[in-house]
Amino acid sequence: MAGAINLLVQSHPINSALSLIVVMASLAAEYLLLGAEFVAAIQVIVYAGAIMVLFVITIMLLNAGKEERTQGSRIATLLGIPGVLIGAVLIVWTLVGRSSTTHSVPIGALWGAPKTIARLLFHDFLLPFEVTSVLILIAILGAVVLASPPAAAARGARKDEG
Amino acid sequence: MTPQTLSPLLCMIPLLPLAGAAINGFFGRKASKNAISAVALVFCGAAFVVALFIAANFSSASAPYSFHLAHWLRSGSFSIDFDFYLDQLSLVMLLVVTGVGFLIHIYSVGYMWDDDGYYRFMAYMNLFMFFMLTLVLAKNYLVMFIGWEGVGLASYLLIGYWFTKDSAAAAGKKAFIVNRIGDFGFLIALFLIIKHFGSLDFTHIFTAVQSLPAEIGGAGLLTAIGVLLMVGAAGKSAQIPLYVWLPDAMEGPTPVSALIHAATMVTAGVYMVARSSAIFERAPMAMTVVAIIGTLTALFAATIGIAQTDIKKVLAYSTVSQLGYMFMACGVGAFSAGIFHLMTHAFFKGLLFLAAGSVIHGIGGEQDMRKMGGLRVYMPWTFATMGIATLAIAGIPPFAGFWSKDEILYKAFGASWVYWLLGVITAFITSFYMFRLMYMTFGGEYRGAPAPAAHGHDAHAHGNGHGEPHESPWVMLGPLVILAFLSMVGGFLGGYHNRFEHFLAPVFQGPAMEAARETADSTLEYLLMGVSIAVAGLGWWLAYLLYSRRPDLPARIDASLGWFYQAVAHKYYIDELYAALFVKPLIEGSTTILWHGVDQGVIDAAVNDSADAARHVSDNVRHMQSGNLRSYAGWVAAGAAVVIAYMVWMGVR
Amino acid sequence: MVPLSYYLVLSGILFACGVLGFLIKRNIITIFMSIELMLNGVNLSFVAFAAHWHALSGQVFVFFVMVVAAAEAAVGLAIIIAVYRTRETLNVDQVNLLKL
Repeated sequence: MAGAINLLVQSHPINSALSLIVVMASLAAEYLLLGAEFVAAIQVIVYAGAIMVLFVITIMLLNAGKEERTQGSRIATLLGIPGVLIGAVLIVWTLVGRSSTTHSVPIGALWGAPKTIARLLFHDFLLPFEVTSVLILIAILGAVVLASPPAAAARGARKDEG
Repeated sequence: MTPQTLSPLLCMIPLLPLAGAAINGFFGRKASKNAISAVALVFCGAAFVVALFIAANFSSASAPYSFHLAHWLRSGSFSIDFDFYLDQLSLVMLLVVTGVGFLIHIYSVGYMWDDDGYYRFMAYMNLFMFFMLTLVLAKNYLVMFIGWEGVGLASYLLIGYWFTKDSAAAAGKKAFIVNRIGDFGFLIALFLIIKHFGSLDFTHIFTAVQSLPAEIGGAGLLTAIGVLLMVGAAGKSAQIPLYVWLPDAMEGPTPVSALIHAATMVTAGVYMVARSSAIFERAPMAMTVVAIIGTLTALFAATIGIAQTDIKKVLAYSTVSQLGYMFMACGVGAFSAGIFHLMTHAFFKGLLFLAAGSVIHGIGGEQDMRKMGGLRVYMPWTFATMGIATLAIAGIPPFAGFWSKDEILYKAFGASWVYWLLGVITAFITSFYMFRLMYMTFGGEYRGAPAPAAHGHDAHAHGNGHGEPHESPWVMLGPLVILAFLSMVGGFLGGYHNRFEHFLAPVFQGPAMEAARETADSTLEYLLMGVSIAVAGLGWWLAYLLYSRRPDLPARIDASLGWFYQAVAHKYYIDELYAALFVKPLIEGSTTILWHGVDQGVIDAAVNDSADAARHVSDNVRHMQSGNLRSYAGWVAAGAAVVIAYMVWMGVR
Repeated sequence: MVPLSYYLVLSGILFACGVLGFLIKRNIITIFMSIELMLNGVNLSFVAFAAHWHALSGQVFVFFVMVVAAAEAAVGLAIIIAVYRTRETLNVDQVNLLKL
């Protein structure tokens, strides 16, 4: 939570990225507490390892600097912030109100073994699994095309035609 | 001839002129004048031939004939169909309408030949015939009302035929609107009939009425119906107070005046009252109202006719006056006398109008009698036929008018000597102004301005040039001669041993009419006849004196009468009175309230303001589309909050 | 024993922080990071429920969410780079060519 708040407060994006990494790590710890070690491992490897690294690379690539104070959107502040606060308060209030009906969660049940998860993945959830792999493929292609220099894309297109 | 074979012919009669009207109306614009005339005359003539055929095969024993054409309305127990009906009364009307109508069609071929909208005129004339025949042959009040309204429409179209002329267009409007006022009364009468008798069918109503008691001494339902029917008739037949449209209707071409405003349309009111005789007969007060209106109108219009200088206006007021006679007859219970006068009036008044048209045509369009004179030299045939008609209308025996008018006066005397006296005075004035017309038009020397010589190159069928008054072609003179003949012998149809009255007797049943039918006292009858003749002769002599022997006298008399003469010459300023009382406030009110207030203020404002509102709203809303990512996110968050709140609220409930 | 609601409240707070960041921040990359934050919050609630109801499919779903997040991050960053090339700025308020 501290990391989350810090993300908001920091003005330099790289600081925000670092605080996000903090958030990821703490979440991985939470997952372990909940007995989902596979998920925790994945969280660290994929999220904190790959995605955040990507973010940091981009920040450094684009030489992002401190945020300037420019004219923002009035609507966002006027409508959005109250909206968010109201939504969050409502959710929290509901959850707290119902907390009597929820049981506790045992710590460290240690039943999220990779073997069982793998079985689930490749048996019951096979189709989504394959679909997501296709999705990643498309994402890679899209990212390559979008991020390539514009002249290269045009030259590539013309070469295909010619 | 059985009713089965005759009856289907009944629906043919109105439909033939309708076909002619349709053909001429749709295809006439490009057709040749000969083709248009042929179509119009053939269809109108065919209707006349069918009418003659029916008349020849008509037998009083199997009358009345009726023919059911098609279903129309069914509403609960109330039903109206397109039914046609023929009894002696309709037969008389049928022959008059088709016969005189056909003659006038022939006449108008000659009169309107040079007009640009010739096909339009012929189409309207045929259309009018269709409506009039529907009116006459109807079996229920609603089909009659179709014809009633239709002839009003045709009248409007034909009066305003030269619609580019402001006065003609205004006259057409006036005729239609005043007619409408009368129709309002007619409609209310119809509603009352529907409410109380449950049907508009003649036979149904009249048999139901027979079982009701007579409303003597008091006013009840039947009196109300009768009076309202009379209101309708007053509008259509130009009686007080709704006569004001008829003089203005002279803006239309003369054949129109002859057909519609002398022979047929204006007599529709008389026909309707006669047809409703069963109702009137049970409501003596209503009959009295009819008689009073008729008598007063006759006298009133005659006095106005004395001072008119336009030849057609004289004839118009004369028509109003003669219609008054017809209503007087119906009002005292002598319905058949009224119809008899209707028939003879169609002959001589139609003839008068056609002859006047011939005069106007012959002197190049001039209608002011002060500019006429001496025309008997130039137009001998017109002079002769018009003379016969004048003798008829004045009531000189043995011409037609004498028989019918005398019949009415005799029957009126039987009801009250007041009616008779006013009728006699009116006869005197009638004779006077008609002979005044004759002397001013045909006697003395021609007072008209010499027409310019360059008129010769008009495409005219005459032999002479346009320079001086000339006789009309035979296509116009033919009908004049035929009508003159009818004006001479038509009286014998009815007057001789009261043949007409006996013919119509099956139609007019009832104690009042029985009383009127008694001809016990023939001495009295001859005495009254003598008075009528004397009075007619007196009028003639006075006219001769003032307009032939001593033409300077009229001007001196006028001057000495001063303001009274002015009032009469200006038709007692009735038109101005109506304009101030009714027309002006209506127009003012309509302009301020309806036009500015409702039309501009409410309707236009609603449309314009809604358009403005749409524009303002969109003007403000477009700021939402700012292209700014964060404001979009803000909206999304706000919307999500609303949804979450709603779900929480639903869960809590 | 930690009551379930605690985890859920934490998840909600994380999510709210993510949305707030989205609204407040001006740098497009920071906005992306707050999106990742939102996704993480959701992941947490998934795992919490999976543990609560002993249904492993919750964890499987977390797996998929992560995959999608990775894909989305890749593509999003590519877009950012493309936009940066033309607009020379990372300030989201200045990328408003769609303004009416």
